[in-house]
Amino acid sequence: MAGNLVQGAVFTVMVVRAGMLRDPAFESELAEQIRRSPRFFLNAPVVLDLKDAAEFIHEAEFAEAREVLRRHTLSLIGVQNAAPAQLAAAASAGLASFAPNAPQPNRRPPREATSNAVAMPAAATKTRLVTQPVRSGTQIYARGADLVVTAAVSPGAEIIADGNIHVYGPLRGRALAGAGGDVDARIFCSRLEAELVSIAGRYLVSEQLPPEQQGFPVQIALVDERLTVTRN
Amino acid sequence: MAGKVIVLTSGKGGVGKTTSAAAIAGGLALRGHRTVVIDFDVGLRNLDLIMGCERRVVFDFINVINGDAKLNQALIKDKRNDNLFIFPTSQTRDKDALKRDGVERVLEELKDSFDYIVCDSPAGIEHGALTAMYFADSAIIVTNPEVSSVRDSDRIIGLLASKSRRAEFNLEPVAVHLLLARYSPERVRKGEMLTVEDVKEILSIPLLGVIPESESVLRASNTGTPIVFDEESPAGRAYHDAVARFLGEQRELRFLQPERRSFFRALFGRA
Repeated sequence: MAGNLVQGAVFTVMVVRAGMLRDPAFESELAEQIRRSPRFFLNAPVVLDLKDAAEFIHEAEFAEAREVLRRHTLSLIGVQNAAPAQLAAAASAGLASFAPNAPQPNRRPPREATSNAVAMPAAATKTRLVTQPVRSGTQIYARGADLVVTAAVSPGAEIIADGNIHVYGPLRGRALAGAGGDVDARIFCSRLEAELVSIAGRYLVSEQLPPEQQGFPVQIALVDERLTVTRN
Repeated sequence: MAGKVIVLTSGKGGVGKTTSAAAIAGGLALRGHRTVVIDFDVGLRNLDLIMGCERRVVFDFINVINGDAKLNQALIKDKRNDNLFIFPTSQTRDKDALKRDGVERVLEELKDSFDYIVCDSPAGIEHGALTAMYFADSAIIVTNPEVSSVRDSDRIIGLLASKSRRAEFNLEPVAVHLLLARYSPERVRKGEMLTVEDVKEILSIPLLGVIPESESVLRASNTGTPIVFDEESPAGRAYHDAVARFLGEQRELRFLQPERRSFFRALFGRA
């Protein structure tokens, strides 16, 4: 039974470098970013990266950081790269400690590291699958995942994914892949008739899409910062 | 008896919802089903005119919702067919008078004595239209072969799949059908209108029927006779076909080709 008490899951969490909080322009830039996609940032979890920020050692500073982010609808949930003293202060501010970004996330952590932690199965992020037509006025967001649609996406519909987007049908609405900033994300569709396509914030509207690709199965990728459409 | 609730809806206005509601209700009644057609367009009452009973309205849907009148005081029996009843709405109130629990109570009561309850939805996607679709078992999406109408229909289909009672309670989804009205084969041929295939492809729901654009529809509206009572007109026959398909019959689509003008008709310049 005990094994069922804790389940593992993998989440995408935004990381804010602690040093950035000291930048006077930080708040206005953050506000601008959030204004562009408020839904994406609403109550989104944030981890504070303490690398090169040894000056963060008081509990009050962590509480203040939490307040700043709260003002922008973000929720500070923990820290990473914390020195032992920082860890204690962060813990008393109610923040969790996250492991630093692993260079090879697929490799299992060494046995010693897990000995005093609960062993969590490494759950793969599940692809979001949509089998019904996505109708005008509907928005679907695959947070931290790929999105696969096996039906048509109507004009006036919006599909968004932090990962790749696959549409096995005509794509007539808007498709935004790599919404979390992943420049390697791609959009695949069996018929390009989109109103707008976007990867990691770079976008093309219908008029800008190459007319010779309209109506064909294509994939869209970011190459040298430019959105390129190639026939599949 | 547990009647089925059918909503005629479209999003866009002026596509022929009320005409179609009157025709479908009339068609069901002509086939022997006890049918009532309800006007949900509070404040813009029209169904009574199309049905030709405007001078017999005493109490209305809103009176019954508010408990000011009994159901049988408000229902108007059609003079042409004993199976057909009209439930007019109020012209003086607005859509806020459509209280969901009141509407539910009235529909439940109607289900006891009718086979089909046909709801004529107002245009738009606001309270009136949402209330009209909420209790539906089936929906007939009335669409014209033009892009704005098709897009609005797509939006309404999405709402039926998310905002109806069947969706909220995880019941079997509302059965959605397409009725393509005001179809002009001549204008389709000239490329001025979307084809049946175009519309079917975009909306991907089963096609109940195609109603040809016809002067007889206007005439029927102005004389207060649902078009299905006109056995001669192509539009009337197309509605009969649609009703038959709704009841599960297989019928070939008709009236998709431009009408051949005979030499004499062409000579006199009349269709």
